Amino acid sequence: MLKYVSWALFAVALIVLPQIFTSILSVSILNQMCIAIVFALSYNMLLGQGGMLSFGHAVYFGLGGFMAVHALLAIENEQMMFSVTLIPLVGGLFGLCAALFIGSFSTHKAGTVFAMISLGVGELIAASSLILVSFFGGEAGVSGDRTYGPPFLGFDFAQNIEVYYLAAAWLFLATVCMYLFTQTPAGRMANAVRDNPERAEFIGYSARRVRFISFIFSGFFAGIAGGLFALNYEILTEQNLNAVTSGNVLLMAYIGGLGFFIGPIVGAIVLTLINSVLSNYTDLWLLYLGLMFVLTVMFLPRGLTGFLMMHRTPWHLGKLHLLAKPYAVTAVPGSIFVFSMVCIVEMSHSNEPTFNVFGFALDPSSFLSWGALIIIACLAFIALRRTLPSLRDAWDTANAIDTKPGVRP
Amino acid sequence: MIEVLIFATLNGLVTGLLLFMLASGLTLIFSMMGVLNFAHASFYMLGAYFAYSISLYLGFWPALIVAPVLVGLLGALIERYGLRRVHKSGHVAELIFTFGLAFLIEEAVQFFWGRATKDYRSPDLLDFPLFTLFGQNFPAYKAFMIFISIAIFIGLYFVLTRTRIGIIIQAAITHPHTVANLGHNVPLIFMAVFGVGTGLAGLAGVIAGPVLTTFPGMAMVLGSIVFVIVVIGGLGSLAGALVASLLIGLLQSYAIASDVGMPDLLAWLGISFERDHPLNDIWRLTLPQVAPILPYLLLVLVLIFRPSGLFGKRES
Repeated sequence: MLKYVSWALFAVALIVLPQIFTSILSVSILNQMCIAIVFALSYNMLLGQGGMLSFGHAVYFGLGGFMAVHALLAIENEQMMFSVTLIPLVGGLFGLCAALFIGSFSTHKAGTVFAMISLGVGELIAASSLILVSFFGGEAGVSGDRTYGPPFLGFDFAQNIEVYYLAAAWLFLATVCMYLFTQTPAGRMANAVRDNPERAEFIGYSARRVRFISFIFSGFFAGIAGGLFALNYEILTEQNLNAVTSGNVLLMAYIGGLGFFIGPIVGAIVLTLINSVLSNYTDLWLLYLGLMFVLTVMFLPRGLTGFLMMHRTPWHLGKLHLLAKPYAVTAVPGSIFVFSMVCIVEMSHSNEPTFNVFGFALDPSSFLSWGALIIIACLAFIALRRTLPSLRDAWDTANAIDTKPGVRP
Repeated sequence: MIEVLIFATLNGLVTGLLLFMLASGLTLIFSMMGVLNFAHASFYMLGAYFAYSISLYLGFWPALIVAPVLVGLLGALIERYGLRRVHKSGHVAELIFTFGLAFLIEEAVQFFWGRATKDYRSPDLLDFPLFTLFGQNFPAYKAFMIFISIAIFIGLYFVLTRTRIGIIIQAAITHPHTVANLGHNVPLIFMAVFGVGTGLAGLAGVIAGPVLTTFPGMAMVLGSIVFVIVVIGGLGSLAGALVASLLIGLLQSYAIASDVGMPDLLAWLGISFERDHPLNDIWRLTLPQVAPILPYLLLVLVLIFRPSGLFGKRES
């Protein structure tokens, strides 16, 4: 029951969101989110569910996208006639074909060998995209126009909002399909092969075949994401299939949390927001993103979703309220520390004579501003360290199962 | 023809030996910890930038010593406080951690030194042509690079096979628990090896910076090639790393120096195509054009046909 409610909520959110955030910027951010979610979910089919670490997932995204642009061009030149609503499917099918070919030799083994092959293939395709100009368009890329196709229910997709609803529909469909895939025997076996390929082979499954099936579906959905990208931006360049894009999707899936179906969705939303919102405020957002990624790997190996899911036990025990106060106590020095560090970093990078924070004018050339910030940061850090033991105690109490009074555990 | 061949060989040797300095550290770290350090080339970049900053104040020669030591110390600290913590979550997490580290170091370099290329130059002392052959100069600095790389290789080989510490390291690679039971501090050995490996990468950066230009993308340029070498040579094999480095260095150098391509092949075979053929791009490819992708092609082929690499041990 809960499952259907959450799917319904998901659909409602997709429909309602652009009615709440109506500005052009927010609609374009929502479009990016739709693309990123499909892409990140397809990546998680490999890494989270199949245990295959790929450094070249952008290949399927990019190839699907390029094919989708060529399909748009074919519609424009009247070589083919079909609705642009089907463009993502074209991308998906091409991604599937690419995955069929590459997966046939790369899924022999998981682990490091797979990671290295994916890296090699990724670099190979990214490098050859600059050479094979007729398909990839060289440095300039390939661009098309989405408005030439026959109108679909009266929409010609000239407006961004129309593209959003198309993307949202594809997102919903793809998410449902990917969720259902995890429930099929193939999806279940992918988990088994991830955890212990040897045992899976002993009960009669070919680990390689199981990996191959996950791999081609993952390529298919990555291609759909690429097709959505092609519809949204109407241009694809070499950047869409190089290592940076591959790294980005890894970041999304990992920060969101690999072990959960919803993890990559969370990661895609958070990272798209960081990408588009934070980059308006600071040039250094990539530095913060890198720090955030490294800290996530170090301290939250199960990602943001994993962190939220850690609170399930206290919640079931009815002890979640015990954590509220310790969290608040830690959050105060923690946020002061982060904030003062950000001020230090930004101030050292700023070229302007004064640096304004909440109405305080800090002067990057005076020792007073620097000294004050550094002292605040140090004090906050010490206070943060002081609060950690009590937080840990509170966490242990909140997770402990109460025993009856008088009975010693 | 012969002059092109000689210079291509010399340049290939320089590149190959430089790549070996990176690959040797990477493969040593891999055989010890079982983790491929994605950030290895980032330490190489840090070496170049540190050396640039130091050379502004003290000159090139002190930088040659100080910068690799600093990079090595940084590497050891990262192993101690970062990698060791992540180690609990498994190899994939470690790989992802080093990947994030590479990302972070690139951003940090841009933060501290800016995006522009740095004017990091080779020392005046070595700024003369060593010899002139067929009217073409061979700079002394390149000979110096070859000299340093070979010295490092011999030094590393000597330390690993002839000294007590080298024998302990070799034992710790295969039997860490036994070595620990014999009273050696294995985590300390790991940290030291990581430090020395990253320090070697830093040294490679110091001597490569002036030739290959010092800019924030230099880690990206070399990073994946070093991986290719380590995998082609066979993970954990020093000899394999040497052979693969020279192979890749020479292969790329010859490919760039040559001026043959598909048109010549087709002309030789007597095949011709119409101009607007869809596969026109492929038929017009030349060898210098495909030089950047040759290593990756080789990598994919090696991984398909011999997943353990040229000199790798059979996988258990």
